[in-house]
Amino acid sequence: MKPRLNAYALTFRLPILIWQALFFLGPLLFMIAMSFFLVRNYRMEEAFVMKNWERMLSRGFVWDSYWYTLGMAALASLTASLLAFPAAFALAFRTSESVRRWAIFLLVIPFFTSYLVRTFSWYVILAESGVINAGLGAVGLGPFTMLNTAFGTLVGYMTLTLPLVVILQTVTLAGIDPSLIQAARNLGCPPWRTIPSVVLPAAKTGMVVAALFAFILSFGDFVAPYYLGGSKPPTLPILIIDTTKAGQQWPRAAVVAVIMMVTLFVIAFAAIAFAYRRRASR
Amino acid sequence: MSGRAGTWVLRGYVLLVFAFVFAPIVMSLIFSFNADRFPTIPLGGFTTHWYATIFADDGFWRAARNSLVVSACTCILATALGFCTAYSDYRYRFRGQGAYLGIILLPPTIPLIIMALAMLAWFSRVGISGQVYSVVLAHTVLTAPFAMAIIRLRLERMDASLEAAAWNLGASEWRAMREVILPFCRPAILSSLFLTAAISFDEFTVAWFVSGLNKTLPVHVLEIVQGTIDPQVNAIGTLVFLVSMTLVVLAQLMIFFRIQRSAP
Repeated sequence: MKPRLNAYALTFRLPILIWQALFFLGPLLFMIAMSFFLVRNYRMEEAFVMKNWERMLSRGFVWDSYWYTLGMAALASLTASLLAFPAAFALAFRTSESVRRWAIFLLVIPFFTSYLVRTFSWYVILAESGVINAGLGAVGLGPFTMLNTAFGTLVGYMTLTLPLVVILQTVTLAGIDPSLIQAARNLGCPPWRTIPSVVLPAAKTGMVVAALFAFILSFGDFVAPYYLGGSKPPTLPILIIDTTKAGQQWPRAAVVAVIMMVTLFVIAFAAIAFAYRRRASR
Repeated sequence: MSGRAGTWVLRGYVLLVFAFVFAPIVMSLIFSFNADRFPTIPLGGFTTHWYATIFADDGFWRAARNSLVVSACTCILATALGFCTAYSDYRYRFRGQGAYLGIILLPPTIPLIIMALAMLAWFSRVGISGQVYSVVLAHTVLTAPFAMAIIRLRLERMDASLEAAAWNLGASEWRAMREVILPFCRPAILSSLFLTAAISFDEFTVAWFVSGLNKTLPVHVLEIVQGTIDPQVNAIGTLVFLVSMTLVVLAQLMIFFRIQRSAP
């Protein structure tokens, strides 16, 4: 090895630092600074005032939106985890290696199809005169209102997060040493108890990380709550869009964005601390 | 869950999950050929009207061209940056390496809407907003982590003594890079090019904020969707799906099969 810091080493090490400083850290830091700027006559002036913060934090609708977004993202994270688990369990323990590989290959596909188009598709499927209600109507049920409700938003969140959560859970569960489960069985643990007392503790880290991803994605998504949830009430991402696009109030949008980042940071930190915490000695 | 019955119930459930995941994709494909303006069951007649509509639309072609340019430039830049970073991490041990990796791996964990606002504000301030290249700059930040991860995984499989052997035989570091490292990483580099192109091709939040009037295809779709129920979207979606899938399948072929074949 030649671990010297020569021109060769710098050629490979520096580009990303420069790039991220200019186009990643720069924007983020500028956005934080912008939350203290002034807007006068529709023009932004660089300043350091608390006005935007005071204004946004004193508004009831901002807080309504905050708790609604937080609650919906938590619900999405929980729902995705619960819906994914039986599927991940089956793929990890009840199928062959090659089936699992194909399943994961297939689950990666939606990740690369347009989320917008899939949401539009759900819009058409869930609508009052849509495919589901047409099907239910044929057997004398409905119609049910699914669009512009929290249910619609949740369907959108699942579209976004479920494939990823199934993949992460499957990989985690498949990584558990099968002899661990066998040992529990041999020691007389009934099958229904192996999941809570053997499988879940062994898979804790992966399960929590999967749930965290679902939370982050849902928390930051504007498509599902806007198109399927009818923006009633608007979530924080919708608030950012409205404030940015309509009112030219970029500093106020920056306040919302910073609040979102802080929230995510706290939750991610807590989740990761929980995921990697060792169990107390038994 | 034990025994045969339990296993079949679980398998049935897996199929249900797949049905949920693929329902919107399949529906969009079917509805793109459906004559009704508001698609429902029973289906209307077969038509290629929606495809004819988009092919006759200048806005569609402009957006498609922008998207192609953006994803082509993005995939090259992101892969180059990802390669440099992956190699630095593989070859060297240095102080602050954790922070170094954090800086490249962080962007995907930040909601796109936040990146969109931050990039719009900064790009406007510096005067590089509203151009096709603005989207390239932004997308490179967003996709470089994936390039880095793919190439880093490939390097993990390389025998560390290979590079050292080249040096001992008198090759310079640059020549060892050209004749040992790069050829070894080729499948990962190709795979990274396809994958980052696919991600860039579908990204709409940041593109919507920073592209100004130079819309990309997903932004074009976003604007149609904001208006009315227009089955054009299904036709565009199906076309975009074909392009993305081609890229992703190529990428996965590179990852899964090339690595397997060259593994000892």
